[in-house]
Amino acid sequence: MTAHADGDATHTYNNVTCPFCGLLCDDLTVTRTGSTLKVDNGCPRATAGFQRPLPPAKPMVRDKEVSLDEAIKAAAGLIRASKLPLYGGMATDVGGVRAIMDMADRTCGVVDHALSEGQYRNLKVVQTSGWIMSTLTETRNRADLIIIVGSDVHKLHGRFFDRIVTPEHTMFEGVGQKRTVVFIGEGLDTSAATGPRIEEVITLPVAKDRIPEVLAAISARVRGFTIPAPDAPAAAPPKKGGIFAGLIPGSKLTPAAPVHEIAGVPFDAIDNVAEKCKKANYGVVVWSPPALSMPQADLTVHMMTEIVRELNLTTRFAGLSLGGNEGAPSAASTCTWQTGYPLRVSFANGAPEYDSYRYNISRMLTDGEGDLLVWVASIGTDIGLPQTKIPTVVLGTPGLRLAQPPSVYIPVGTPGVDNAGQMVRCDNVVSLPMKNLGRSQLPSSAEVLAAIQAAL
Amino acid sequence: MLIKLTGGKVYDPTNNINGEVRDIYVADGRIISPPADARVDKEYDVRGRVVMAGAIDPHTHIGGGKVTIARTLLPEDHEKDEVHHTALTRAGTGHALPSTMVTGYRYAEMGYTAAFEPAMLPANARQAHMEMGDTPLLDKGAFVMLGSDDFLLRLMASKASFEQIKDYIAWTMHAAQAIAVKVVNPGGISAFKFNQRKLDLDEKHVYYGMTPRDIILTLARGLLELGITHPLHVHGCNLGIPGNVETTLATIRATDGLPLHLTHIQFHSYATEGDRRFSSGAVQIAELLKKYPNISIDVGQVMFGATCTASGDSMRQYNGAKNADPKRWVVMDIECDAGCGVVPFRYRDKSFVHALQWAIGLETFLLCEDPWRIFLTTDHPNGAPFYTYPHLIRLLMDRDFRRETMLRVNPEALQYSTLPHLEREYSMYDIAILTRAGPAKSLGLKDLGHVGPGARADITVYKDDANRERMFMTPELVFKNGELIVRDGKVIKVVNGATHVARPEFDRSIEKPLKDYFDRYHTVRMENFRLSDDEIIDGGRGEIIVQPTRARTSS
Repeated sequence: MTAHADGDATHTYNNVTCPFCGLLCDDLTVTRTGSTLKVDNGCPRATAGFQRPLPPAKPMVRDKEVSLDEAIKAAAGLIRASKLPLYGGMATDVGGVRAIMDMADRTCGVVDHALSEGQYRNLKVVQTSGWIMSTLTETRNRADLIIIVGSDVHKLHGRFFDRIVTPEHTMFEGVGQKRTVVFIGEGLDTSAATGPRIEEVITLPVAKDRIPEVLAAISARVRGFTIPAPDAPAAAPPKKGGIFAGLIPGSKLTPAAPVHEIAGVPFDAIDNVAEKCKKANYGVVVWSPPALSMPQADLTVHMMTEIVRELNLTTRFAGLSLGGNEGAPSAASTCTWQTGYPLRVSFANGAPEYDSYRYNISRMLTDGEGDLLVWVASIGTDIGLPQTKIPTVVLGTPGLRLAQPPSVYIPVGTPGVDNAGQMVRCDNVVSLPMKNLGRSQLPSSAEVLAAIQAAL
Repeated sequence: MLIKLTGGKVYDPTNNINGEVRDIYVADGRIISPPADARVDKEYDVRGRVVMAGAIDPHTHIGGGKVTIARTLLPEDHEKDEVHHTALTRAGTGHALPSTMVTGYRYAEMGYTAAFEPAMLPANARQAHMEMGDTPLLDKGAFVMLGSDDFLLRLMASKASFEQIKDYIAWTMHAAQAIAVKVVNPGGISAFKFNQRKLDLDEKHVYYGMTPRDIILTLARGLLELGITHPLHVHGCNLGIPGNVETTLATIRATDGLPLHLTHIQFHSYATEGDRRFSSGAVQIAELLKKYPNISIDVGQVMFGATCTASGDSMRQYNGAKNADPKRWVVMDIECDAGCGVVPFRYRDKSFVHALQWAIGLETFLLCEDPWRIFLTTDHPNGAPFYTYPHLIRLLMDRDFRRETMLRVNPEALQYSTLPHLEREYSMYDIAILTRAGPAKSLGLKDLGHVGPGARADITVYKDDANRERMFMTPELVFKNGELIVRDGKVIKVVNGATHVARPEFDRSIEKPLKDYFDRYHTVRMENFRLSDDEIIDGGRGEIIVQPTRARTSS
């Protein structure tokens, strides 16, 4: 995008919603001069997202620059010829998702979001046990105990602490005024857990793949089970052994006191956290699903939600899942209200068919299923086109990383920057309006998809 | 284009037409008086057919977070009812929690042309409207939930002026684009967040100190003085608890003449007679309602089968979660605004409790004499999915069918209900009131629910059939704004309906304390909390119809 229609006039936008992570902070002030944006109060991720210089981008067919119309025709041609188109990426707003769903339905394709893997760590729990959850505002005002599990929240969601954990005001006298923050995991940035609201910060440093052991211990303790210390090594065997005990060299030495720890964390530290859980008025367990990269992470989520369930027998406790970058909650929610299923849906037989294993587009690409990939990535540049041999149609923000040149590339705007729209927040309750800040004339993904559909 | 429906038997209670043969003329989407010498472009011969306005469901959970949570929770519910796309219609899924498009198609195929979402959280209003925006063929609207939101409870606790409370109610209706206001377990959703597990009508909220009675009266009086047509829509305290009929009776008495709508009253009509301490309180309710003409109800009829309960009442849903079937449920505390609870459920005809719930609902229908004050609902999907309406209508209209059905339910349950002794049969005219004229009047829908000149041409034509279930299941013709959308129970054209809202007057200065509140405590800006008209109109996909309100008054 070259010269801006406005020239160098400066515009200031208030209450801007940021599309670059699942928190959808909506209190940003953004100033635009021509096509350059400056964010006043964004986290590093927001600042990088809004202020990224937009490289020039033209519609392309193979390696050739073409007009938008030609690119749309080429895309429509590929989709028409496809027997099983895969609609992946899905990084867009609700309007974009609606357009993808419409096209996938009409063309008997498969829909899945680029970051479904993380979302499915939660969805598998919802679809087998359900859960008790909180939301951002509720947690901000009410929580007196916040337990962050295995997720470097400060790095992933730069304003979470500032907006949720340490804000100056709380609505309730005596409830959630002072809070304890517990970090479970190794190498988590705890630096933001400071300020007058924070009473205590506790860290249980444990390697990611051993977090489930610590959670299991907390779970046992909140249920009132004892976790006995390991037996003393080489403890004198009873009865008969007693006779021979004196014959074993060194047996007269007192055995070393057994170390009572779980996954390398002292038992007392774990027990202390369990006690705090029981005493909390309103505790919240926080995780960011993409960060839970241990095997069978859904079982880790399940363990957290079961601890929450148990504690609700006597006090109030809830989960809070963050994550939700690249419009993942918008894609999952819209797909769910339109089909009943949260993504990984195939329309191949004309009706929605749901299988979270089979219709995982990443797996389908690896296993050579599908004959066309339509990839929508209108927000960040990181979820580039995956490596694949099948033809690809990419609707992407200029500068999107591409593993190989797509068959058709059409530059699209970013919701909340170039186009107006709506997005769903990580807690799946709140959705926010996205503003058009006038950075470019790029069309929205929904507009391009509608044009392609019209050309089918 | 002039359309004529010739010779149908018209049931139009709004205009006192009871089965008389009338011709109906439609031009430009509206019903018009018989024109002199006009050329009819399209005539439908509907002689011998029953003609009514399009039906209106005044209480059905069709849009918003808790419905989508419920959809997420139960893939196996959808698998048995997957719906193929056609050249006209989108694919989707049905059964207890139909996807948005299927919701629109199936309502229309049943002769409904309007449906109202009764529990829209202000914090979730944008999503509720997006979901309703994806629900074709129906006009829709939503009741915004107040009564456990911290802003209101803080206003009440700090003894704010009543005018300010009214301004806040009105502001919320504008911000959330609502047509009415609902209160759910008044104060109880908030109390649950403070670990209170029960909140009776006169029990104090542990933090704010006021009682559900205070909250109901504040909101009911506020709406009356704001001139909103639909009175406060009340989902009362103690849902589902045996003995809650006393709470419901006390709630009715508390109104002291104020108008109120008590929703899904079946779930609030439980007495404690008998060995199992569970019996029907429908008679007491019906008797007391006779003395309170300002109170209307809808039933929330239970029908047997699998469904999912989805409610804003997190406190009671948490309690009911132990009965979840399948064993999986979601409870949420939401945004210092409200909450929700989603619990799958299976009503079994052989179960004493479920059969009694079923009987209490029918008793309520048959005992309440004034059809203008009772609406036909299953509280979809809480009592049953909305597709069971034709079956329910047959149970009301056909005594013999009702008796046959009673033979199949738990016989002991019927001993604790007067249902076996009730002879009443609903007339066609009664059904037209319950499903059209009554809801339209109660919600203040000016041009809907009737087929007189000036009405929007939402018209349903049924083949008269002694089997009322079959008759109401498959209308022959359904018109939406004068366009034929359904023929022989199948969608033949897809159009989008409008969103109905009410916009009472308010003093804009309420935004000053509100802005301060949002800035200090919230994670959404007040400016972004408000839902703009453009978001609903969405480039022409939607349309907003502002229904009239009376002038604001003060007491």
